Amino acid sequence: MNPKKIEYVFKQALKSMWRNRMMGLASVGSVTAVLIILGFVLIVVLNVNNVALVTKETFDEIAVYLDDDVSEDQIKEMGDSFKEIDGVLGVAFQTKDYALDKLKEDWGEDAFLLEGLRVNPLPNTYIVQLKDVGMSEQVISKLETFEGVEDVQYYKDAVNSLIKIAEFVKKLGAGLIIMLLLISIFIISNTIKITVLNRHKEIELMQYIGATNGYVRGPFMIEGILLGLIGSLVAILIISLGYNYIINYLAGRYVALLSGISGYMVGVEMILNDLIIIFLTIGIGIGILGSLVSLKKFLSV
Amino acid sequence: MIEFNNVSKTYKKEFTAVKNINLKIDKGEFIFIVGKSGAGKSTLIKLLLREISPSEGTINYNGLDINKIRKRNVAEYRRKIGFVFQDYRLLPKMTVYENVAFAMEMICCSAKSIRREVPLVLSMVGLSDKAKYYPDELSGGEQQRVAIARAVINKPETIIADEPTGNLDPETSKEIMKILTEINKRGTTVIMATHDREIVTRYHKRVIELKHGAVIRDIKAGGYSNEPKED
Ligand SMILES: Nc1ncnc2c1ncn2[C@@H]1O[C@H](COP(=O)(O)OP(=O)(O)OP(=O)(O)O)[C@@H](O)[C@H]1O
Ligand SMILES: [Mg+2]
Repeated sequence: MNPKKIEYVFKQALKSMWRNRMMGLASVGSVTAVLIILGFVLIVVLNVNNVALVTKETFDEIAVYLDDDVSEDQIKEMGDSFKEIDGVLGVAFQTKDYALDKLKEDWGEDAFLLEGLRVNPLPNTYIVQLKDVGMSEQVISKLETFEGVEDVQYYKDAVNSLIKIAEFVKKLGAGLIIMLLLISIFIISNTIKITVLNRHKEIELMQYIGATNGYVRGPFMIEGILLGLIGSLVAILIISLGYNYIINYLAGRYVALLSGISGYMVGVEMILNDLIIIFLTIGIGIGILGSLVSLKKFLSV
Repeated sequence: MIEFNNVSKTYKKEFTAVKNINLKIDKGEFIFIVGKSGAGKSTLIKLLLREISPSEGTINYNGLDINKIRKRNVAEYRRKIGFVFQDYRLLPKMTVYENVAFAMEMICCSAKSIRREVPLVLSMVGLSDKAKYYPDELSGGEQQRVAIARAVINKPETIIADEPTGNLDPETSKEIMKILTEINKRGTTVIMATHDREIVTRYHKRVIELKHGAVIRDIKAGGYSNEPKED
């Protein structure tokens, strides 16, 4: 690769990109669209995985909330019978006061918000430890039959439904991505095709002269690569800014639930490197494929 | 040396444009390929350029079967051949100088050697003073001379010209012929397809005449056949 060749190849590529800019825009747009959807899917899946990971320790624990009017004797009794249930490893009791203290601890600086509470809204709780996560369902259904049990909470259910949503997003996303991939390869190959046709006299001549492949194909490959590159840069920008905005938006909410979510979310800076690598690879890959498809069809002298 | 061995080319499985051609062309020869329109002259040339491949037979260039050349090595093969078209095919947005330099750039050559060689070749075809002109500012004959300069710039072993004088008047055609014979004298094989009887009779070179795709005459240093022609 001599500098002259590189200069020629890039000059031709840029020239035809400019001449053919509407198609170029469509190409870039299609690449960006694929990548944004891919980015969305990735972010959803990553975050769900993250939530699953963070809450994993609690997978083998079921929280059993008790009604406030259950007496201490009854509480003891209940604990004993919980232990008898098949699949239960052990039980631990948490008084509502303990739960409140723990909550205050969790909230740290914001704990003063809890000072104003006149009554403790938290229930007395049994934490039931499972022998095996697989037995959760039967244990839960047994626990629910007890009188005095207000609610049975199992993290895994929540996480599972999150995972199900993620699976759905993944499948839908995969379908969309494959479709859009094909579309963007098609659009890029059409863009390149126009360039090939525009320059067909020159190319034919080059082939008669015996120009090296680099000269003949180089400009088209570069054109495809540049289109893919621009598309992926735009997508990186949109995804990282957009995601950052969403995280900040959620974190800025005073609604405890939402700010809690943002605490579970994977930070932009954690995924940016991978995102850049993945997007550039795919974007440039689409560009190369588009060029190749077109060159295979239209360059054959 | 170029050899055609029993070469036939059938288009679309039904029309045989070139039939059972056997030819030997030695290095340094000057050859006219003549014949009426549709006789198969251009087909023969395209076969030699490996633009199309024969339906039957083989074509050897210096002992190498050109249809066995791998696709990506075709470019290398074509560099041994300089090609001149009837319609010049200069790149309109490049000057005379750039058109010739382009051919050199495409396949090799330092900027220094390009600056050295291009003026030499332009002076050989008598266009030194038009180096900065664009093709549309030149006459047909001048454009064809640029095309010849472009064809010889890379010092090919063989020049193939398909009706290089086809669009030119007799005077201008003579200039072109002068240049081609000059190139031939320096050792380059020249193969030229033409319609132009006058040129063929004037220059006593080998003539290969095609009719309906077959070689009907191959006359060493001849001109056309003596018999009255034209039916
Ligand atoms: N790609 C093609 N497909 C089908 N038939 C073709 C093709 N190219 C050429 N032919 C036919 O082959 C025959 C020979 O064509 P060719 O171009 O070799 O003739 P020619 O001798 O060069 O004629 P001219 O003097 O008019 O240039 C013609 O009848 C032409 O119609
Ligand atoms: Mg012809």
